[in-house]
Parts: sequence; structure tokens; C-alpha cells
Amino acid sequence: MPDGIAPGAADAPTSERIEAAVRQVLGSMAGDLTATEAALLAELEGLGRTVARAKQEIARLKVDDITGSHIPSATDELDAIVDHTAQATNEILDCCEVLETVSARVGKADAEALQGAITRIYEACSFQDITGQRIGKVVTALKAIEARVADVTGNFLEGRAAPEPEAEVTEGRRLAEGPQLPGAAVSQAEIDRLLSEL
Amino acid sequence: MSVLIVDDYKTMLRIIRNLLKQLDIENVEEASDGEEALSKLRAGNFGLVISDWNMAPMTGLDLLKEVRADPRLKHTPFIMITAESKTENVVAAKQAGVSNYIVKPFNAETLREKIEKVMVHA
Repeated sequence: MPDGIAPGAADAPTSERIEAAVRQVLGSMAGDLTATEAALLAELEGLGRTVARAKQEIARLKVDDITGSHIPSATDELDAIVDHTAQATNEILDCCEVLETVSARVGKADAEALQGAITRIYEACSFQDITGQRIGKVVTALKAIEARVADVTGNFLEGRAAPEPEAEVTEGRRLAEGPQLPGAAVSQAEIDRLLSEL
Repeated sequence: MSVLIVDDYKTMLRIIRNLLKQLDIENVEEASDGEEALSKLRAGNFGLVISDWNMAPMTGLDLLKEVRADPRLKHTPFIMITAESKTENVVAAKQAGVSNYIVKPFNAETLREKIEKVMVHA
């Protein structure tokens, strides 16, 4: 055990050992302090109390519940939504394919009407892709919150694993942000104009 | 003409396949990301690629760059169909050599028009 550290402190977590050592050193100097040093000491003690209170509040947050249960549960629910919409979309597409077979056996006018309606259903079914990507963005945001919460608490609570190094990001990945909100997206007409100008 | 459609959403692959069928394009193969698409392109002989952008592990933009860098594939018409609808995405795709760019949600008429346009220049 290093000189000057209270018996039993060696087994405590590092931050508590440091805190104990600082207190011990400052305590031994108490009689020799100037007014400025005493004020600084008071500031330090105040800071220590703030840190201790923050640690207690973080402990009360039950961070493990957030990262171990709430967020995974929310992302599972969102994944289930995507699965259900995919199932429903596939059912609709099954029906459309049956209708296409039927349209080949009816008169020309009816066949054209059927084909027109089927095409519109196909176009509308792309909602599953768009909503799926939007939900994917929410899942990514939730996972980012989970990681940040773990980072913040990791600064106070020791023994947590270091974050994984980030993988190389290509231009395609960097620019992949999924659907934009209405107003932020460029229209097909604007894209056509851009392509012709570039 | 043989067409490779690339999307990580199976429902979107099915929608595009059915829309292509309505345009009498029935020789269609599918891939679910850029890597799978690239290996199919290198093994096959496709006259057109229709690809999504946002896929993992290889995105549509990265696939486009690989295609344009491959001496055998570099002239293959490549249409991006994607929900990525920011100017910088369109600019990046154009700089990488995209033949045309369709933003989701799209309609069958837009798909037909863009295919006809790129095939005229193919």
C-alpha cells in the first residue's frame, strides 16, 4: 500500500482512492493554509460534493435498465412494425399478382382498368420501404442515445468496456441518410434539372 | 435485356420486378446489397442495373463506383432508385457516373421514362 493512504482504501475503486488520498493530504495541511488556499479547498470540497451527488443521481437513473431493457425493447418493437408492414405488403403484392393473371382473361377495357389499378397499388406499396427506412433512422438514433448514456455513465462508473473503434466510412455510407422530411427533400423534377446541368 | 435490381427491401425488389414486367422486361435478377450485386455483375452479362443507395455492407454509390472502375462493366447503364433525396446525393451520384436517378416514392411512368432514356444512350 502506498504511504499516506488510509487502510482499506487500496481495495476501493481508483477514483475513490484518489479522493481519499487528496482529502488526507489536504487534511494534513489544514493548519498551514492561507485564506486563498482555504477558499480553494472549500471550492474543491463543493466540487467533490457535486460529483458525489451526480454519481448518486446517475445510480438512481438505473442506466442498466435503459441500456439493457428500455431501448432494446423499443428497438424490438420498431423492428416488429417493419416485419408486420413487410408481411402485409407481401399479401397485397400476392393479390396484385393474382389480379394480373385475371386481367389477362378479361376484355381489353377491363384489363386496362385492372392494370392501371394494379400499377397504382405497386407504386403505393413502396411505402413499406420508405417507412422501414424512417423507422431504421429512429432505431439508429435510439442506439446512439444508448451509447451516449453508456459513455456518460462510464465516466463515473468504472469497469465499463471501452467503445468499439468506428469502421471506415465510405462516401456512400456517409451520405446515406434515408428519407428526408417533407420540405428538405428535392423533387424528381429538381433532380432531373440537376442531372441535366451537371 | 437482362436487368439486375438491387435493394435490401424484398418488397421493393418485388415491386420493381412487377413494374418491369408491365414494361415487358422479364429477364430480371435480384441482389440485396452492393457486394452481392457486384459479384453477380462480374459473373453475368447485364444490360442495366437498377439499384437502391442505402444498403449494407456495400451501398449503391459504392457499387456504382466499383462498376465504373471495372473495365468490363464500366459502360453498363446504372439507374439509382433511392429515398436519398438531398442535392449532395444527386451530385455525388452524378460525379460517380450514374445514368439516371429516381427518388422514392416513384411512379411507374417515371421508371419507364428513365429506363427508355438511359437505354437510348447505352
